Amino acid sequence: MRLTATNLAARRSGRRIFSGLSFALGPGEALMVTGRNGAGKSTLLSLLAGRLKPDAGTIAVADVGEATLAECLHVVGHRDGLKSPLTAEENLTFARDLLGAPTASPAEALNELGLGHALRLPVAYLSAGQRRRVALARLLVCRRPLWLLDEPTAALDTASQAVLAGLMARHRAEGGLIVAATHQSLGLDDARELRIDEALKPAPAPASGNAADSEVWW
Amino acid sequence: MIGVMRALIARDLQLAARVGGSGALSLVFFLMIVALVPFALGPDLNLLSRIGPAILWLAAVLATLIGLDRLFQADEEDGSLDLMTGAPAPMEMVVLAKVVAHWLTTGLPLALASPLFGLLVALDGTAMGATALTLLVGTPALTFIGAVGAALTASIRRGGLILAVLVLPLMIPTLIFGVSATEAASGGTVPFTTPLLILSALSLIAAVIGTFAAAAALRWSE
Repeated sequence: MRLTATNLAARRSGRRIFSGLSFALGPGEALMVTGRNGAGKSTLLSLLAGRLKPDAGTIAVADVGEATLAECLHVVGHRDGLKSPLTAEENLTFARDLLGAPTASPAEALNELGLGHALRLPVAYLSAGQRRRVALARLLVCRRPLWLLDEPTAALDTASQAVLAGLMARHRAEGGLIVAATHQSLGLDDARELRIDEALKPAPAPASGNAADSEVWW
Repeated sequence: MIGVMRALIARDLQLAARVGGSGALSLVFFLMIVALVPFALGPDLNLLSRIGPAILWLAAVLATLIGLDRLFQADEEDGSLDLMTGAPAPMEMVVLAKVVAHWLTTGLPLALASPLFGLLVALDGTAMGATALTLLVGTPALTFIGAVGAALTASIRRGGLILAVLVLPLMIPTLIFGVSATEAASGGTVPFTTPLLILSALSLIAAVIGTFAAAAALRWSE
């Protein structure tokens, strides 16, 4: 698949987060989104995931048949989408049945992330890093061409970070796309970098600024 | 699309059965309210059996509210809603599946248990059967109306009270026709089927409007 974003702008609670972001990704390519805290990295991922509407600009996908963008992507973010009372296996089975296009079984996916022993443990008993690995195992139980990863290495130990780097390399070798918001290098070879910073923000509106920028939040 | 619905219903039933699920809780709450009424009114069996159907219906309306505030909020908080946005089905199907699962764990047990609870308010056999039937037909309307409020308050902390204030007025028509159908069954000027059919119609209308309104609210809340 091919993903193109043109002149994206985002607004949350009436405040302009960023504007004028453009990028294009083809098969096998990866994009690292960087920037200071609060720059809008997670907001950009939410825009791509379809949870937020862009204030301006367009997001287009090509070569995916009739699927919509939301049906082509996996999201792993701060909110991991796991239900604490259910076991790791039940969580992954649900994700697989919900998202469709199953590839690996929950047991295989967890084994790959070195968490095979936690298959029948309620997710509530797992540590933060282990929960993150269960969430990452979701990437493997069904096939989706675009991975949106928000700080994927948060709470992961070095061994798991290496596993994740391997998974991402394999995904890209199979023609997949990755957009990752991060503060550190993820082991993504020749990934392009999109830096969201002050330069992309419009200058602060003067007191008599135009209507769009002086809009108060309510 | 059917697979998506099946997956959602199976998961929500699983969750309701685990610790902290709301399944049994609303049934116990229902029992508590119904059991309190005879203590408040005293042992006047005639009075109790006359107002019994109304009490059961009121208790059902209140018990429906239990757990309703978590219907979408729990999924919003832990990110499951983001997962559902990516499902190969429209948001309306997601809402429909979740509401059906919620009704199966609250409304249906309520309707099935109501004959038993009818004993506490001295209902006779006909009235017990009529109450169970009207609850079976009417509680889907309550759940669907409640789902709209649940979707609107999904991202609000402590949204439970706002939810009750929002949806209780909308539940009044269902309450009126539910009680009047039950009373028509145990004698009256109106045939039983007339209010019952209106009650069914209310459930069907609520199913359509509730599903679309809740899905719109979930999209809009972002």
